[in-house]
Amino acid sequence: MNAAYWLPVIFAGLMGLAMLVYVVLDGFDLGVGLLLPLADDAGKDRMVASIGPFWDANETWLVLGAGLLLVAFPMAHGVVFGALYIPVLLMLVGLILRGVAFDFRVKARDPHRPWWNAIFAFGSLLASLAQGVMLGRYLTGFADGALPWLFALLVGAGLTAAYALLGACWLIMKTEGALQRQALGWARRSVPGAGLAVLLVSIVTPLANPAIAGKWFALPQLFLLLPLPLGTLALFVVQWLALPRLARRQAAGNDSYCWLPFATTVGMVLLAFWGLAYSVFPQVIPGRMDIWQAASDPEALWIMLWGALLVLPCIIGYTAFAYRVFWGKTGTLRYQ
Amino acid sequence: MELDALALARAQFAANISFHILFPSINIALAWVLLFFKLRYLRTGRQAWMDAYGFWVKIFALSFALGVVSGVTMSFQFGTNWPGYMQTVGNIAGPLLAYEILTAFFLEAGFLGIMLFGRSRVSERVHTLATLLVAFGNSLSAFWIIALNSWMQTPAGFVMKDGRAHVTSWLEVIFNPSMPYRLTHMLLASGLTVAFLVAGLSAYRLLKADRSAGNAVALKTGVWLAALLIPLQILAGDAHGLNTMTHQPAKLAAIEGVWHTERGAPLLLFALPNADTQSNDYALGIPRLASLIIKHDPDGEIRGLNEFAQHPPVAKVFWSFRVMVGVGVLMLLASWLTAWQLRRRDAAGLDRRLLYLLVGMTFAGWVATLAGWYVTEIGRQPWLVTGVLTTAQAAGAATGSMVAGSLLTYLALYAGLLLAYISVLFHLAGKAAGQADAAVALKEVQA
Repeated sequence: MNAAYWLPVIFAGLMGLAMLVYVVLDGFDLGVGLLLPLADDAGKDRMVASIGPFWDANETWLVLGAGLLLVAFPMAHGVVFGALYIPVLLMLVGLILRGVAFDFRVKARDPHRPWWNAIFAFGSLLASLAQGVMLGRYLTGFADGALPWLFALLVGAGLTAAYALLGACWLIMKTEGALQRQALGWARRSVPGAGLAVLLVSIVTPLANPAIAGKWFALPQLFLLLPLPLGTLALFVVQWLALPRLARRQAAGNDSYCWLPFATTVGMVLLAFWGLAYSVFPQVIPGRMDIWQAASDPEALWIMLWGALLVLPCIIGYTAFAYRVFWGKTGTLRYQ
Repeated sequence: MELDALALARAQFAANISFHILFPSINIALAWVLLFFKLRYLRTGRQAWMDAYGFWVKIFALSFALGVVSGVTMSFQFGTNWPGYMQTVGNIAGPLLAYEILTAFFLEAGFLGIMLFGRSRVSERVHTLATLLVAFGNSLSAFWIIALNSWMQTPAGFVMKDGRAHVTSWLEVIFNPSMPYRLTHMLLASGLTVAFLVAGLSAYRLLKADRSAGNAVALKTGVWLAALLIPLQILAGDAHGLNTMTHQPAKLAAIEGVWHTERGAPLLLFALPNADTQSNDYALGIPRLASLIIKHDPDGEIRGLNEFAQHPPVAKVFWSFRVMVGVGVLMLLASWLTAWQLRRRDAAGLDRRLLYLLVGMTFAGWVATLAGWYVTEIGRQPWLVTGVLTTAQAAGAATGSMVAGSLLTYLALYAGLLLAYISVLFHLAGKAAGQADAAVALKEVQA
C-alpha cells in the first residue's frame, strides 16, 4: 500500500468525521434557532442560553469540513462549490444572520429585540434549508432538471425537520419546566419530517446513481448492510414511543431519561451518515470524481496529517471540557 | 449587457475580506487587553479592572461573532470564485489554512464559552487561562494567515512542477521574506485599532457623565497603549517599506508615484497619478525626501514603474498609502496630546475637546488598517501569487450576473451589519454610562 493510495482515504475519513460532528453539533443549535418563534420571551432567553457557550465552536466544524475539502481535495472543492454557488450563498447569509443575531438580540435596544429574534430564526431556517438543498444537489451529482431540484428542495425540508428534532431533544435534555414540556411536543412533531427525509434520501439516492444501487442491492452485501436501515427504523420507533412516556413522567416531576431522545436522534444521524458514506465512498462527487483524482499531492497531505493527528485529540479534549463546564440544566446566561 | 465576471469576483472578494478584517483587527488585540484587565484585577483586587473587563468582554463577544461568521464566508470563497488558486498553489496554501483551522480556530472558539459565560462555573485560574488561550488562539490565527498572505506576496521555498507548486522548505515558505514585517505591522495595527476603540468609547462614556472607576482605567489603558504603539508602528512601517523596495519594487514605485526611475525623488504629498500620460498631475512634494526615506540617501535611486512590464494600478495604491499614513500621523498627535494631559490629571479632568477628538477617532484604526491592506493587496496586482499565478488565471466559471447577484447580497448584508454593530457599541456605552450614573446617585442618597 502506498501513501498516494491511503492518504486520500484517511482524509476522506477525517472530512467525513468533521461533517458528521458538524451536523450533530450545529444541527442542535440551528434546530434551537428554528424553534425559537414557538416559545414565549422567557423561553426564548433560556433557549438561546442553552446554546450560547457552544455555537462558535460548533460552527468551526463546518470550517474544518469545508476546509478539508478545500485543502485535501482541491479539484473537487472548485467543482462542488462552483455547482452549489447559490445554495452556498444562501447558507452563508443564513449563518451570518443567525450568528450575529445571537449577540445583537441581548445587546441592542429593547424595541429591536423582537427583530433580532426573528432574524435569528430566519437565519437558522435559511441555513438549514440551504444545507439540505446542498446535500440533495450533491447526491444527484448536480443533475439538471425539475425532478432533481424538487428532490433537493425536499431534502432541504427534511434536513430542517431533522435539525428541529435535534434542537428539541437538546432542549428536553438541557431545560426543565414549561419549556421542557413544550420541547417534548416539538420533538414529537419533528419526528415524521425527519423520518420522511431519511426515507426519501434512501430511496432516491440509489435510483439516481445506478452505481450506488449496485453497491447496496447485491448479495451478500445486502445482508451485511441490513442493520443500517433496520437500526434506523428501530431508533425511530424508540423515539416515537419514548416521547409521550417522557411527557407523562415530566408532568409527574420525574426527569430521568431526559437525555434519551437526544441520544436516539444522534444515533439516527450516525446511521444515516454511515449509509451515505458507504454509498458515496470512494467517490468524492458521485459518478464524476473519486478521492484519488481530487486529492492534493501526498507531500501536502502528509504535513496536514501530522498536524491533525497531534491537534485533533486536543480539540476533542477541550471541547469535551467545555461541554462539561456547562453540564446540566441551563441557567440564565450571564457574562462573568 | 455583458458583466465582467472577473472584476465582479474581485470586488466581491474585496468586500468579503474587507468586512472580515474589521473584526479580527479588533479581536486579536482586544483579547490581550482583556487578559491585561483580568491580570490587573488579580494583582490589585480593584473592582474597577473587573468592571472594565465586564464591559469590554461584551464587545469582544459581539466582534468575535462577526469575525467568525464573516470568516466562514472566506473558506467557501476560494472554491466558488477562485478554483485556480488551490489547483496551482494548494500544496502550500492547503496546509497553512489547515493549520490555522486546527491550531487556532478551534482553540479560540473552544475556550470562548468559558471566557464569556463560565466565570461562575470554573475557578478564577481556569477562567484566566481561558482568556489567555482565546487571546493566544487569535494571534496564532493571525500568524498562519499572514504567513500565507506574505507567501503570496513574496513566495519562497518551493519549485514549480507541471504547473503546481511543490514545497522544498516549509521554514522558507512560512518565514518568507516579507512575513516578519507584515506580521509585526498587522499585530501593531490591531493594537492601535483596539487602543483607539477603547479610548473612543470610554471618552464617549465620560462625555455622558460616566465617572465610574472602571471606565477611567479603560480610558487610560487605551490612551497609553496608543501612545506607546504608534511610534513602534511608524518604525515597523518604515522597515516594511524597505522590505517592499527589495522584494516588490513595482508596488513601492506605485506607492511613491514614481513613473520613471529617478535619483533624488521627492516625497509626494499630493498628486493625481495619470495612467494615460504615465505621469502625475498637480504634483506637490518635498524634494529628495522619498529617496532619503527609502534609500537613506537624498540622491538615492528609486526604480520607476517604467521598468516593470506589469505593474499595479497606481492611483489606488498611491492614495491608500496616503490615507494610511495620514491617519497614522493623526493617531500620533491625538494619543500623545491626551497622554500628556493624563500625566497631570485623572481621566475626568481631560479637556472636553480632546474627548470629542477621541470619540471621532473611535474607528480610526479600521480606516488605517483597511487602507494599509489595500496598499499591499492592490499593490500585488496583477499577480495573485507574485510571479506564479495571476488573479485572472485563478478565476472560476461563475457568470457575471451570478457574481453580481451575490456581490449585491453581501454588500446589503454588510452595510446593515456594520450599521448595527457601530450603533450597538455606542448603545452599550451609553447604557453603561447610565448605570454608572445611577450607581453614583444611589451612593449619594445612601450617604
